[in-house]
Amino acid sequence: MGKPWAVEDLKYWDEKIREKVEEVGLSCFPQEFEVCDHEQMLGYMAYSGMPAHYPHWSYGKSYEKLKTLYDYGVSGLPYEMVINADPSLAYLMHGNSLCLQILTIAHVYGHNDFFKNNFTFRDTRPEFTISNFKVRADRVRAYSEDPSIGMDKVEEILDAAHALSYQCRRNMAIRKLSREEQEEYVLAAAQPQADPFHSIHKPAEYVPPDLTKIPLQPEEDLVLFIRDHNPYLSEWQKDLLTISHEQAQYFIPQIETKIMNEGWASYWHHYLMNSLDLPESLYMEFLVHHNQVVRPHPGSINPYYLGFKLWHEIRRSYDEPTPEEIEKYGEPDKSGSEKIFEVREVDRDVSFLRRFLTEELMREMDMFEYEKRGDDIVISQVSDEENWQRVKDTLIASTGMGSFPVIRIDDADYKQNRILYLTHAHDGRDLDFGYAEKTLAYVYQLWGREVLLETNVQGSGYVFSYGDDGFNQRRKRQ
Amino acid sequence: MTTIFRPYSSSDALRSDRSAGDRFRHRQKVRQAIRENISDIISEESIIGQSRDRIIKVPIRGIKEYRFVYGDNAPGVGTGDGTSQPGQVIGQGQGQGKGQAGGPGGDQPGVDYYETDVTLEELVEIMFEDLQLPDMERKKLREVLAERTTKRKGYRRVGIHIHMDKRRTAIARIRRRVASRNAAVETEEERFPFHREDVTFRRLRQDMKPQSNAVVFCIMDTSGSMDTVKKYLARSFFFLLYQFVRARYSNVEVVFVGHHTAAKEVTEDEFFNKGESGGTYISSGYLKALEIVHARYHPTLWNIYAFHCSDGDNFPNDNDAALKSAKALCEIANLFGYGEIKPLSSSHYEDSMLQLFKSINMPNFHTMLIERKEDIWPSFKAFLAREKTES
Repeated sequence: MGKPWAVEDLKYWDEKIREKVEEVGLSCFPQEFEVCDHEQMLGYMAYSGMPAHYPHWSYGKSYEKLKTLYDYGVSGLPYEMVINADPSLAYLMHGNSLCLQILTIAHVYGHNDFFKNNFTFRDTRPEFTISNFKVRADRVRAYSEDPSIGMDKVEEILDAAHALSYQCRRNMAIRKLSREEQEEYVLAAAQPQADPFHSIHKPAEYVPPDLTKIPLQPEEDLVLFIRDHNPYLSEWQKDLLTISHEQAQYFIPQIETKIMNEGWASYWHHYLMNSLDLPESLYMEFLVHHNQVVRPHPGSINPYYLGFKLWHEIRRSYDEPTPEEIEKYGEPDKSGSEKIFEVREVDRDVSFLRRFLTEELMREMDMFEYEKRGDDIVISQVSDEENWQRVKDTLIASTGMGSFPVIRIDDADYKQNRILYLTHAHDGRDLDFGYAEKTLAYVYQLWGREVLLETNVQGSGYVFSYGDDGFNQRRKRQ
Repeated sequence: MTTIFRPYSSSDALRSDRSAGDRFRHRQKVRQAIRENISDIISEESIIGQSRDRIIKVPIRGIKEYRFVYGDNAPGVGTGDGTSQPGQVIGQGQGQGKGQAGGPGGDQPGVDYYETDVTLEELVEIMFEDLQLPDMERKKLREVLAERTTKRKGYRRVGIHIHMDKRRTAIARIRRRVASRNAAVETEEERFPFHREDVTFRRLRQDMKPQSNAVVFCIMDTSGSMDTVKKYLARSFFFLLYQFVRARYSNVEVVFVGHHTAAKEVTEDEFFNKGESGGTYISSGYLKALEIVHARYHPTLWNIYAFHCSDGDNFPNDNDAALKSAKALCEIANLFGYGEIKPLSSSHYEDSMLQLFKSINMPNFHTMLIERKEDIWPSFKAFLAREKTES
């Protein structure tokens, strides 16, 4: 353990860090730090860092798991935990050394800046984060304590809602069309295309679109759709669905920018710590911790490592491009620092990787694709000349919200029988069968009528269904 | 804009166990899940010799957080140390090598745990919760004053040397010396010897403890027709009975009696593993049990539980004797059960003792038919219901 410290030390270093933060042009929310012990930290972790959060057994489970891992020394605690709020709130561990605290503070400012400026966070309304979570917690508690509802019923809805809450629209930059706009769009799309050879072709027949169809266009927001279209839900049930949807919406930007965000914070803590003139003992300790954080994890992707590397690489390629790069992309049009500030605003992990993860970098990091063969996990491709693009595609496909399958509602009145027809947009990855069955049961529970899910299993079309008689599956008729 | 630092306050930390409620709820769900699987779980365990603290891995269904996730054929990407080659094996099964699970809620299925650890003690507790035995109405156990322990109870002036408390004796001496310092000025002696009054003895009291004894007779048909499947079913049942009895009595013994045409007392290992051949005289097992009772477990001192598993394939000429000895055993036992084990595939439906034993009209006698694993727990519950209604 390093030197003992007092809150005054933290303030002293914070002042110095903040000077630098402003100097380099990071633009942050006001920052608050709370010093807590490891038990409290585990508590915050289980509840995603929120000071107030509605109760649900899954958070108890998460706490137990974290605590077991911690007690057995499998995983340590994070040095820092920061939540996207205005003012931003971060936790510092009571037992950490002074060096770690300074490092954490510097790191937190990186996240803070990222939360404030990245486009995916634009609609999260950080000024209301903490109060929103508190209000939701109060509402859930009120329902649980309401004698006509009770904890069991609340839990039933929340269990189902949690299962589906990440089945929602994932691109923050595209606005959801209203019903009227969708109608316009569908009408326009139904118009026959202008045909330059109309004199020799039979004119295409105009098929009027069915404007009564619900949903008009495939719908990704499962929870919201069910909330709005199942007339048998009571108000409190709808409210619980809303709560779980809003909660998921709050976390999606963080899922979508994990690599960028951690990389950005690591990039800046590294920069700030180097510019602080730390006494040597602190500096050496810092290097140890820093290398620990941004080291590669063999066999998986460490977002700190990948992000840190990419940010450095972007900056370098604009400040000191190699002759090959100039030949390939032309002279840089802006400085490295301008570029990284631009990227931190307009990209998310998927586009970040797509644009800046180069073949050379992938080879340097020895990235490979693995898959399961029998009981073994086997490397299927490495980043060589022929296959690096494929490895990159696989990485991008599983990044951010890409780790959740896309499932859309095609029809809410299938066969005019209020059967919910879902389609899995299959991209080569099959659904986990057992999980699909159980999750479909939740959809059925919320929808109240039979639910069908069209998907692909090992190359052939299947329809899973869940109805009054439980789960069934059949081959899709061609 | 200034940064705010909220210092650590240990009083906050003390009352901030915010997850307690959710943890409790989760634990309840785990127990619930165990309870639902209890018939599977208990049929896995070896019958005795298990320490109560032993941790058992119990598969859990129902507390996973399901959502739509990708299955096994979803590839992943990792970084290596520069030596990665296609075809290289980097791990086994799920969980390992899974990178980038995503933010909160992004857990891959491999991360969820499938098993939970419970102690046997806890498991038994859950079992009996499921039975819903009314604790208060328990039958008065046959108790004997048995265990003699000695307990300390204060001090006294007289006693035998071995009970002398040296520390107190020494303190008493020092006290006397301090008290006498002013009074006895003229005694300037170096020595200040112990006085008879300093000597303190421990006072001991004999303690009689009521003790409840129980003996479980596991009687099993070991004739040639009892195959492994049948023995397995029998074993599960005996395990339950043993756990049940042990939960209620402080001193429990188990006697294993194996029989074909003749019976003998055997060890647990022999009981379950050694097959014999030949026919069956059920009465021989009962008579052996009776003989052991008379020799070692007198009914006034012992609560007797007996259970007999057989496939009902008895020699007809033994039926009368079996009936008679079963009645005799009923008279001395708290509870006596006969389980006929007929796995669904078995073809001996015609030979059954169940019909014959119907004529025993004793409240503490119970017969049941066990066809498969799932029958064990319900039959066991029904068996114990007999005892509940009694007395």
